[in-house]
Amino acid sequence: MHIVDRRLNPSGKNLANRQRFMRRAKSQIRKAVHESSASRSIKDADAGGEVVLPAQGVHEPSFRRSGSGGIRDHLLPGNKEYIAGDTIPRPPSGGGGGSEGSPDGEGEDDFRFALSRDEFVDLFLEDLELPDLAKRRVVNADAVVFHRAGYSVNGSPANLALMRTVRNSLSRRIALHRPKPEELQALRDEIAALDGPEDEARRLVLEEELARKQRRTGLIPYIDPLDVRYRRFEATPKPVAQAVMFCLMDVSGSMTEHMKDLAKRFYVLLYIFLKRRYKNVEVVFVRHTHQASEVDEETFFNSPETGGTVVSTALEEMQRVIDERYSPDNWNIYAAQASDGDNTASDNDKTAALLTRVILPACQYYAYLEVGRDSEHFPPGFIRRDSDLWQTYSGIIRTGAPMAMRKVGHRRDIYPVFRELFAKKQRGEVAAE
Amino acid sequence: MSTTLDRAERPMFESADWSFETIQRCNDEIHKIAVDELGLDIYPNQIEVIGTEQMLDAYSSIGMPLFYKHWSFGKHFARNEAMYQAGMQGLAYEIVINSNPCISYIMEENTATMQTLVIAHAAYGHNHFFKNNYLFQQWTDANGILDYLEFARDYIMSCEERYGEAAVERLLDAAHALMSHAVHKYPRPRTNDLRSEEKRERERREHDEKVFNDLW
Repeated sequence: MHIVDRRLNPSGKNLANRQRFMRRAKSQIRKAVHESSASRSIKDADAGGEVVLPAQGVHEPSFRRSGSGGIRDHLLPGNKEYIAGDTIPRPPSGGGGGSEGSPDGEGEDDFRFALSRDEFVDLFLEDLELPDLAKRRVVNADAVVFHRAGYSVNGSPANLALMRTVRNSLSRRIALHRPKPEELQALRDEIAALDGPEDEARRLVLEEELARKQRRTGLIPYIDPLDVRYRRFEATPKPVAQAVMFCLMDVSGSMTEHMKDLAKRFYVLLYIFLKRRYKNVEVVFVRHTHQASEVDEETFFNSPETGGTVVSTALEEMQRVIDERYSPDNWNIYAAQASDGDNTASDNDKTAALLTRVILPACQYYAYLEVGRDSEHFPPGFIRRDSDLWQTYSGIIRTGAPMAMRKVGHRRDIYPVFRELFAKKQRGEVAAE
Repeated sequence: MSTTLDRAERPMFESADWSFETIQRCNDEIHKIAVDELGLDIYPNQIEVIGTEQMLDAYSSIGMPLFYKHWSFGKHFARNEAMYQAGMQGLAYEIVINSNPCISYIMEENTATMQTLVIAHAAYGHNHFFKNNYLFQQWTDANGILDYLEFARDYIMSCEERYGEAAVERLLDAAHALMSHAVHKYPRPRTNDLRSEEKRERERREHDEKVFNDLW
């Protein structure tokens, strides 16, 4: 008998089947992911976890005897009311067959399916792309990384590709029929074995052949300079794998908790999204009233502040932080601004100037989210006046700046708006926005 | 105390933990009873210890150690895994494969007692049945099944390369729908028709004539 310990086998044998299944059920899983992401808190939106698929969608069809329908004749023994041979009329339709087990004894409930974090985020952010123009500064020309790129015939001895060199040498030796040492040795042995005078002729032949082979060995080198190969490396510019995300928010009195919540959800989505694209993502929080300051996350979202609203202060603060810590040469800069749209009227021009001259040239993408009150209802036909910031920014976007803006009133709109902002699109469309 | 006992009198194991040594010893004892005393006729045994994930793997590929790839196996795996993790479904203690050598998968979580029972049940009981049942003899090929599975897997893989995964998947879906109707295992005896009745009657009469002895 033979005992084998199979526990040591590599796991994940079923991974290919799982991927096939996910591909098959993709549309349903995607739907389930979107539904489940609506119900879960956005903070752990990227946590992965269970989604529920309807059983019908991943049904495997099978041929089996139907539990109902068709013509059925039963032969039953008699009892006190009937004797054998009586026919019993069919019960009135609608009675149904009573309870009926599923044919294979295996009920198909809604299908619970646990997704890993990566699978979840993949589906969650599927089809989203950083806008084309974000590739402006994807590579940093100064730093390079070296990649293996085949073999070359010259190089430094440290990069000698020994295997490749010996392989070339071997094939050349075979091609040119360089005698092997064993062949020479065999000849020598044979010559030594001949001792009698009657073998003299044979000996001469062998000695001549040995001499010929030795000459050939001398002519064809074991390793020729032709054989030598070196590992080749190619320098490619190193991608900038880090991004910084600026969260700008108006925290003046007019921003309600609800608005801040909306803004937060948007920031979190953006954070998840960037984190998937860049190895290292830093977040800077800048809040502003009539003056701006960089704060930590806790303060940013929770600490109340009152004052007027001067948006340009936030941009100035952002500019200061960029100058100080995040040089656009080394960082991909993204900014998301959330505001209810109010701004001091006299500040609009300054804001626009700052944005176009300083901020936008440094940024990969600038998203402006105008949060409204959930309870705001407008009578039909009533056209809402665009806010100060909206009007200001519309003017900038028309010039084709890497910038987009959307209005959001309810929590459920956040994700669609986010998708809209980052949906894959053509270059022309981005510019036209 | 225990040192004075000779090997045959020593218990096979004393705690719930098992080791490969324990399994070997249990198997030897079971072999004595099953083969020497009861005279079971078995394929050689191969016992493989597996963990939870491998058991779930085996579940999803209807117990076979190697199988082609299909989305439904992924589905079954995911469902079984979810059920198992939620505690709604336990896993089998063993799976035994009708092959030669007869492969028995036993779970690492089993206690020593359980392993003993499982080996006796699967590696000897099922094994004997596989080798001697007339339907198994007729419809299965223990010697070739593993090679055949490997061939099937490679063949389907090569088809996928040639015709694309979608086409193969479609065909497999259709084939799976017929999966439970693979073999007509129970041919009924045919009712005799008139011609064969006549033939039988004639043969009987000829036989009777041949052996007719007019002395009696």
